[in-house]
Amino acid sequence: MSDGCGAPGGGVALSDVNVAKEAVVQGRVLRDGAPVERAYVRLLDGSEEFAGEVPTDGDGTFRFFAAPGTWTLRVLAPGGARAERVVQAELGTVASVEIAL
Amino acid sequence: MSRSDVLVDATWVEAHLDDPSVVLVEVDEDTTAYDKGHIRNAVKIDWKNELQDPVRRDFVDKAGFERLLSEKGVGNDHTVVLYGGNNNWFAAYAYWYFRLYGHRDAKLLDGGRKKWELDSRELVTEVPQRQRTQYQAQDPDLSIRAFRDEVVEAIGQKNLVDVRSPDEFVGKLLAPAHLPQEVAQRPGHIPTARNVPWSKAAQEDGTFKSDDELRQLYSEAGVDFGKNTIAYCRIGERSSHTWFVLHELLDLPDVKNYDGSWTEYGSLVGVPIELGEAQ
Repeated sequence: MSDGCGAPGGGVALSDVNVAKEAVVQGRVLRDGAPVERAYVRLLDGSEEFAGEVPTDGDGTFRFFAAPGTWTLRVLAPGGARAERVVQAELGTVASVEIAL
Repeated sequence: MSRSDVLVDATWVEAHLDDPSVVLVEVDEDTTAYDKGHIRNAVKIDWKNELQDPVRRDFVDKAGFERLLSEKGVGNDHTVVLYGGNNNWFAAYAYWYFRLYGHRDAKLLDGGRKKWELDSRELVTEVPQRQRTQYQAQDPDLSIRAFRDEVVEAIGQKNLVDVRSPDEFVGKLLAPAHLPQEVAQRPGHIPTARNVPWSKAAQEDGTFKSDDELRQLYSEAGVDFGKNTIAYCRIGERSSHTWFVLHELLDLPDVKNYDGSWTEYGSLVGVPIELGEAQ
């Protein structure tokens, strides 16, 4: 369990996490095939409400620990670029998505 | 207090980067963000290692706060402008400490680090050297801090504002979705609490909504402005953000932050818990 409540760049690493008990949604943000650092990725629930936000790291990576169901990823990046993707989360699986700006 | 006393925008900060009466402070839980780049002349405060007691679950005491600010080169007369990542959650938490320990002039940078980055404003890696001060804090102002017994007594009496996401409020998630969910305490919320997620008080770029929008948001959610209010979340930083909105921007007279929040309440033996939507 985390002492804090913040999201480190890229999201919390999977190394110490029991993935069998989590519904992971992760991915990368790319622009012209290159990773975008410090883009802000939001996870929104089925009613478009905020559930979490992670800034991407140097590899353009982000990661969430959702609950089973349908979620929306919304990306805000410097320069006003935006993108959205719908993703399904399932317990014990890692859903990976690439989002191009 | 009003908005102009407690909130500055990025243009104001750029105009005061070299102002000797202003100290910029970046507050993060993950301080690698500061190390990779921060606003010029900003000092950093590490939320976890510098603002929390290393042993007990509590935050730094008065002497610890004095030592910390003296080391950082913050004086009693400085205008302190706080900002940070995670939509200013930890900066708002630090702001609450500054108020608790009686700092006269503290402000938040509207939108924090996120807005600054989305605007592609300058970030540097040079760490400023500031002269040590002799900071003198006041005794903690407990009129803005709630403890657990008071929270239990407030059920059905005061406004209880749960600022976590709707999924945490109903018990579907135990933590915000960027964190692993396997935690010890029970899911749910304090009975009679209204769920007004902190994120509804902010735009997507992290800046606060207008006073009129904020007033409408809380009144529509069932917050009675004629009553005293306690805000909580999971560990007390998102609720500092809402405490800032209610107490500093909207100027409500009696608003407390319950920093024990759900990680304390959801672990207490025998207290009432409600699951599902607000009743």
